[in-house]
Amino acid sequence: MSTWTTVLVGCLLAYGLKLSGYVVPASWLEGRRVARITALLPAALLTGLIVTQTVGGPRGSLTVDARVVALGVAVVLLLLRRGFLVVVIAGAATAAGLRAMGWG
Amino acid sequence: MTAYGLEAPLDPATATAVRRQGLSVGVATGLYGVSFGALAVASGLTVAQAQALSLLMFTGGSQFALVGILGAGGSGVSAVATASLLGVRNGLYALQVGQFVRGRWPHRMLAAHLTIDESTAVGIAQEVQAAKRLGFWVTGVVVFLGWNLTTLIGALVGNALGRPQTWGLDAAAACAFLALLWPRLTTGDGRTTAVLAAFIALVTLPYVPAGIPVILSATAAVAVGFLARGRHEAQESGHGRHEDPPGDGDPTGLLP
Repeated sequence: MSTWTTVLVGCLLAYGLKLSGYVVPASWLEGRRVARITALLPAALLTGLIVTQTVGGPRGSLTVDARVVALGVAVVLLLLRRGFLVVVIAGAATAAGLRAMGWG
Repeated sequence: MTAYGLEAPLDPATATAVRRQGLSVGVATGLYGVSFGALAVASGLTVAQAQALSLLMFTGGSQFALVGILGAGGSGVSAVATASLLGVRNGLYALQVGQFVRGRWPHRMLAAHLTIDESTAVGIAQEVQAAKRLGFWVTGVVVFLGWNLTTLIGALVGNALGRPQTWGLDAAAACAFLALLWPRLTTGDGRTTAVLAAFIALVTLPYVPAGIPVILSATAAVAVGFLARGRHEAQESGHGRHEDPPGDGDPTGLLP
């Protein structure tokens, strides 16, 4: 798929999912198990993304570099209840700083 | 407002309070768009593609996921699959929002596009129907405008920066996902799911193409959703649905 196809197909599906909630009867999702699985889905996927974005290297290798330290800084800031932007900027600055000093 | 017939109008004080709440959540969220725009171009998308995602996909988690997987060398199919799995929750929000946003189909189709974490959270947090609607629409529109404007700024800045690693933009992606995950770790099931998902992603990463470990990690939600049943139902009466402040994007408070 070209990048444009990926972008547009993704957009179409995202809208379809939003619209589906207005179209299907609410009873379709009344099963507690289905509701619980769909509620947990974002946590699972976001964790998968964090792992692959933090230690994923070229061609499936596991790499420890500045991204791991940046993620550690992000954890500390989230524990201190800092907001999204502070966390993201501090993470980027950590990685950029370490690389400027020649590591990771 | 003719579509809503006989309902009593909202008193001005409540309307102002709801508008203010929607506005503050909307402005705060809109700011994330800068990081999305910058990450999108760092992942190899053009400014126009980044903008198209914010205009047409308009659901932050899915957008970050799509560009993250493409940037890591994943296929378009796995990028779309992950983005769509993350977008499933918007359909669940729509079930809730559909209770108070009524009216003709063009109206509902527009509401569908604005059905995201923030608009849903502010909408359902209100007491009466008219306030719910106002909260939903104000938040949805403000987030949409802010998110798109800041995406453009982020994409243009990201384009000017050059090599993304120099500025730590690859690390910023992981941190963005962590910040989105954080409010979902307040429940035991959420934490169990995250630990299991991390394990699955870690052990599969070396053996399958980029993007696939993320999709495989979704099975953690299925496993925990199935196995946690007995325990969860025993606890259920103790859980209030308004523990979650509006705007933190936690969907667990919305579900039965």
